[in-house]
Amino acid sequence: MRSGRVGPSLVVALFLTDAAPVMAQVQSDGKSGSTADHSEFGILKKPFASGPEVTEACLACHTEAAEQVQESIHWTWDYTHPTTGQKLGKSRVINAFCGNLVSNEPRCTSCHAGYGWDGSMDGPPKAETAVDCLVCHDKSGTYTKLDNAAGHPPLTPVPANAKTITGAPAKPVDLNLAAQSVGLPDRDNCGQCHFYGGGGDNVKHGDLSSALYDPDRSVDVHMSKDGANMVCTDCHVTNSHVWAGSRYNVAAHDMVGTGKPGERRDVATCESCHGTAPHKAASLKGLKLNDHIDRVACQTCHIPEFAKGGVATKTFWDWSTAGDLKDGKPYGEEEFVQSDGKRLHTYLSTKGDFEWEENVVPHYAWFDGQVEYTTIDRKIDPTKVVEVNSISGSPDDGKSRIWPFKRMEGRQAYDSKLNNLVYTNVYGPETDTAFWTNFDWSKAIEAAMEKADLPYSGEFGFVDTYMYWPITHMVAPSENALDCEACHAEDGRLARLAGFYMPGRDPGGTVDRIGLAILLAAIAGVFGHAILRLVLRMGGRS
Amino acid sequence: MTERLVKVYPAFERFWHWMQAALIFILLFTGLGLRGLHDLLPFGPAVMLHTITALALVVLWVFAIFWHLTTGTWRHYVPTTQGLWKVARFYAFDIFRGAHHPYRKAYWRKHNPLQALTYLALKLFLFPAIWVTGIAYLTYNFWEHQPNASLALQIIANLHVLVAYLIATFVVVHVYLLTVGHSFVEHVKPMITGFDTVDLTPEEEAYLAADEPGRLK
Repeated sequence: MRSGRVGPSLVVALFLTDAAPVMAQVQSDGKSGSTADHSEFGILKKPFASGPEVTEACLACHTEAAEQVQESIHWTWDYTHPTTGQKLGKSRVINAFCGNLVSNEPRCTSCHAGYGWDGSMDGPPKAETAVDCLVCHDKSGTYTKLDNAAGHPPLTPVPANAKTITGAPAKPVDLNLAAQSVGLPDRDNCGQCHFYGGGGDNVKHGDLSSALYDPDRSVDVHMSKDGANMVCTDCHVTNSHVWAGSRYNVAAHDMVGTGKPGERRDVATCESCHGTAPHKAASLKGLKLNDHIDRVACQTCHIPEFAKGGVATKTFWDWSTAGDLKDGKPYGEEEFVQSDGKRLHTYLSTKGDFEWEENVVPHYAWFDGQVEYTTIDRKIDPTKVVEVNSISGSPDDGKSRIWPFKRMEGRQAYDSKLNNLVYTNVYGPETDTAFWTNFDWSKAIEAAMEKADLPYSGEFGFVDTYMYWPITHMVAPSENALDCEACHAEDGRLARLAGFYMPGRDPGGTVDRIGLAILLAAIAGVFGHAILRLVLRMGGRS
Repeated sequence: MTERLVKVYPAFERFWHWMQAALIFILLFTGLGLRGLHDLLPFGPAVMLHTITALALVVLWVFAIFWHLTTGTWRHYVPTTQGLWKVARFYAFDIFRGAHHPYRKAYWRKHNPLQALTYLALKLFLFPAIWVTGIAYLTYNFWEHQPNASLALQIIANLHVLVAYLIATFVVVHVYLLTVGHSFVEHVKPMITGFDTVDLTPEEEAYLAADEPGRLK
């Protein structure tokens, strides 16, 4: 239940922004407005032996839910880009972290919104009961998923040393308790997958971490209990189990804003709440700041740093050094100390070398919202840094804005003869090919490529990679937004971005040179005139 | 013709002149900072100061234009070739021989012809240019969705800066010329007290004595 979630501060914030997102099921007094109490339903009181049995009970009333979920990207992990036509999605793309899904299923699919995607090349299971309702709707806070069981929760008896997808020791889930306490998703529902992407807390995104469960106002002004106390779904609004927000096809410049009064807008943009002229237009400063919104994304000034709140993000991952063993055994080093004192891996035999950063200054680039991936079928130039995904945009196309990104640096395996990135089989405790078990790249690559039915020359190398993650969470309070001179300075944050007019950044331009030349000529002329007067008159007197 | 000490710069004109001078100095100082040529002020406060000062100057100009039109003082700036050549030759040659300034101030001609021409050019071209480009720059919000708005902004900004350098050049020459003819102090003094020595016709003298005695000393 969402009781107590909407505090007075949010009411004030919404009043100030002139835009009230639809707060379903929550009344102004903070009580749930739901017409159903799930603990009263007999069907949810019967004993459940597995997740799918719970789903079956849910579907008895919510007849269309499974079909809706199975059409969403949460389920398919498959996405055809509407502009580039590229076939993307988690099931296909290569990333700069654990690499790829194929051949690593029971581990990667532990975060799938379903049960039992254990390695079939046909994609996720077809059965409607394979949809995991509880992972998103459990409000008891007790439902979890095992980290290697293709999406299944830990049930009695829990295997020894079993862990959940957040890395916590697994405890058996009470399916009845979870089923009877369902409601709309809260931050822990989304967070247990999205905060832990890439194998650990904040490893992947940089702006999505466990710090957002209870952030300070300075960490996230929207999600903080001292701020607007919002949850993920307040922005990532849903319609038929389809969510607003995409990393492949980003709504990078929302020109519509809040829409008409009462109009429903299924977008997760800043503008959908704050409007297209968010700064106070009545003040000179607000007017000037509003000048920027056609060229600068809100996030650029309002998220000066990410990986805040004491949780670091991985910024470098070198797979090429993985496989080093001590006395024939894998080992790890923990040289990075996070601000909360926690030590983080800087080397693992299974994964290679890492670097971590906290309070990271973003990488900035022009961005029109389109992202292309170096999918496995694309040729690469191994003499250069390969962009695992490339962000498109330019100052001249009339639609791009300057956006902040996390730039992940990597060193990843590729086919050194065919010049393309490769899939790798890293997970598989019982297989002969998994790298994390046998530390043999040849086998790990060959097995994954074979499973995906793709050509592999048998020769591999490692190539430097960049991967870009748009930064849009961890918005700072307005008083912590970037000052003008953070960018309007010769050595400012945007010094690297060229090819457009920006005052204060490029002193000594042509106009300044011409203007200064005229001014200096006048000063020289004046001095010359004065000296002539002095010299000639003195001469006259003598 | 009699030489009399006459109030040639009434209070408003002096206020306008010095206020304008102060505002232009602030604008040049903040403007140079915004171009990145110094960093004595942070960018944000410099933008605000530049904008507020510019708006104050616009308001001052509106009053000044109204004052010029209603008092008839605009006639001081009507260009004339009479004596122009002499003044030009003085600055270029005769001054070095210790000659006296050829121009003598009249009641309805308080500027020499070259001076009047320069001020006219300033008022007709440079000031409107800086004004128009500045307002276009300031109101970018209202036309940012026009095609090629970004390029237009860049052109407008560059024009604005170029004109600003020309105005700075004017200031340099203007200040220097205060040392020519009389002493610097004697030149500046009328713009403070309002009174300067002017040749009056008997009619002008009689009129001032009868109707505007405050303008005579």
